[in-house]
Amino acid sequence: MGSRTAIGRNLLGLEGMPFHQIEHILDTAVPMKQIIKRDIKKVPTLRGRTVVTLFYEPSTRTRASFELAAKYLSADTVSIAASTSSVVKGESLYDTGRTIEAMTADAVVLRHPMAGAPHLLARVLSAAVINAGDGMHEHPTQALLDMFTIREKKGRLEGLKVAIVGDIMHSRVARSNIWGLTAMGARVHVSGPRTMIPPGLAEMGVEVAERVEDVVRDADVVMALRLQTERQEEALLPDLREYARRWGISAERLASAKSDVIVMHPGPMNRGVEIASDVADSSLSVIEEQVTNGVAVRMAVLYLLLMGEVSNAVVV
Amino acid sequence: MRLLFKGGTLVDVAGGGLYRADLLVDDGRIAAIDREIGSEGVEVLDVSGLLVAPGLIDMHVHLREPGHEHKETIASGTAAAVRGGFTAVAAMPNTEPVADSAGVVRLILERARQAGRARVYPICALTKGSCGEQLSPMEELAAAGAVAFSDDGRSVRSARVMRRAMEYAASVGRVVIAHCEDHDLSAGGAMHEGAVATRLGLHGIPAAAEEIVVARDILLAEATGCRLHIAHVSTAGSVRLVREAKARGLPVTAEAAPHHFILTDEAVLGYDTNAKVNPPLRSARDVAAVREGLADGTIDVIATDHAPHAAHEKDVEFDRAPCGIVGLETAVGLVFAELVETGLLSPAQAIAKMSLNPAAILGVEGGRLEAGGPADITVIDPARKEVIDRASFAGKSTNMPFQDREVKGIPVITMVRGKILMRDRLLTNRQVCGGGQ
Repeated sequence: MGSRTAIGRNLLGLEGMPFHQIEHILDTAVPMKQIIKRDIKKVPTLRGRTVVTLFYEPSTRTRASFELAAKYLSADTVSIAASTSSVVKGESLYDTGRTIEAMTADAVVLRHPMAGAPHLLARVLSAAVINAGDGMHEHPTQALLDMFTIREKKGRLEGLKVAIVGDIMHSRVARSNIWGLTAMGARVHVSGPRTMIPPGLAEMGVEVAERVEDVVRDADVVMALRLQTERQEEALLPDLREYARRWGISAERLASAKSDVIVMHPGPMNRGVEIASDVADSSLSVIEEQVTNGVAVRMAVLYLLLMGEVSNAVVV
Repeated sequence: MRLLFKGGTLVDVAGGGLYRADLLVDDGRIAAIDREIGSEGVEVLDVSGLLVAPGLIDMHVHLREPGHEHKETIASGTAAAVRGGFTAVAAMPNTEPVADSAGVVRLILERARQAGRARVYPICALTKGSCGEQLSPMEELAAAGAVAFSDDGRSVRSARVMRRAMEYAASVGRVVIAHCEDHDLSAGGAMHEGAVATRLGLHGIPAAAEEIVVARDILLAEATGCRLHIAHVSTAGSVRLVREAKARGLPVTAEAAPHHFILTDEAVLGYDTNAKVNPPLRSARDVAAVREGLADGTIDVIATDHAPHAAHEKDVEFDRAPCGIVGLETAVGLVFAELVETGLLSPAQAIAKMSLNPAAILGVEGGRLEAGGPADITVIDPARKEVIDRASFAGKSTNMPFQDREVKGIPVITMVRGKILMRDRLLTNRQVCGGGQ
């Protein structure tokens, strides 16, 4: 097993990915979005290529999004869910990777509950590895679709104030957005329960505030993170009611934001907890467009990786 | 047969200095040390320019036998020891079965005798099965050969049980070696809690998880009068607590492992499971504090916490990988390069932490060069450089984050009981060997 620097092969995370590469992916997603708006949503670009989705965690939208993205580009897709595969027989990720390699897949989309699992797989595979979420580490395509959505609405990313609210500690969405948005010149502000704010955020270029009001004020974008309700049992927060009182994104709290603020959520939502139901359904919300854009961005990523056009993949 | 170490620089670990002298070995013991010893009728080893040190003792290793022989055996682990310049090792009891019965102790000693390499001193479990509930039969274990008691790998959770275990160990006259970790605070953690863990999305282990139990066990040492040795100190706070305990005259000693005074948590970047260890690699501030503790004498001992794991066990997701770094074959070079070459410790101070001090803490012979003492001798070439290469290892496992690092100050002869077992980094007896040789 050689260690491979993975240049031009994988999408493991956004940490260290430079401005121009992110911009290239977002630019490539623009025509992809046009394709999925057509009646016949299929182009032959990736015909004869095979994309394997390997999911060790339950997922609805990310998995469907990747599969649709691959199908719209005419790639063949195979789904492996850990719960129905050899994994339940105790096969290691290393050996699962070797098996997939032997079947000559072109790309493997991995969702895994442990940070760094895609990096391990990337060392085993010559196929492209796309991180579809690894533990608390990164979820790069989610951040790319978030940035695509913001750019579509605001025309730019540079100089925007983006507030990310909630459980930063456990959030791979937050980490990927922090790397991506700061690389694109946005100012990222976060707030959440102190028990869920990990150390070292300042070194990542992030402003941390105790009070949600301070990050929402004058924000161009407010992103609410999903609160895992089991965090109560880990003594990380008192209860959902207290959370909603202090950090829930409500219409009143949004009043201090920019008048054209947009509200985002990576889904699935806990209405009435991290986001008020009326806010989720309001004209400020772009939550459904995020889902549509997710397909376009993943088409762009598959296209660029399989056609050998992304000159980067980041191994942390 | 009589053998003369001629022209060497002897290390006076007790006095802290070096002196020119010849050393004569006869029948497994040091027969004489003198400025000039005649070479008539003896085999002569020219050791001019080299340091002649008391045989090094690593008081914290995992030999994995019985039970985990795919990682290491007593034969392969003692081969690694002599290749690394160690004439004796103290073996932790977390084998399978746990070393909590005289039968296991006898097995370990018998295997060590068969291997014929480094001496092996068994450390036995403090509590039965190292489960932290009932006391192990310490008197019987001590009679069988246990030199110390420890539940290394975990802390005794209950302060009540720890108190009783320390009282009882004191009555048997043995030191208690404490692995200090609050398992509630460290639960789920895979590396040091800090900015690097945040970047990598790994759960962190806070420094307080170690320090809370260091503080508790120091208080219990004070209450019970039991001698306490803190294993693998890794944080600035632990160093401070031990320093304060010593200043108050408590019977507390401590050790540090090379990886804890050389590497920071940044070694984990890239999810390198060879840098996954417990306690974890800490911050630069902690590394500096451990070095300071070594320099001012707060930390008495350098021990490797040699913890072999098979490659396939480490080739997994970071969260899933077992903790541990092998250290026997790299320790001397790392200590000389990082602590001696930098002026932090004199050669004699560094060697005392790997000979005199562990011998005194464990109450075993050796640890100094004196006529009549055992001919356990390590010769070190302070000028010799080496690039660490796992392919050269004699041990079975090669999990360590120092591959390709250049070190300076290399053991070139290991003599145990008057027999030369390693010369020029090669074992003199190659049978029953592990990996690279």
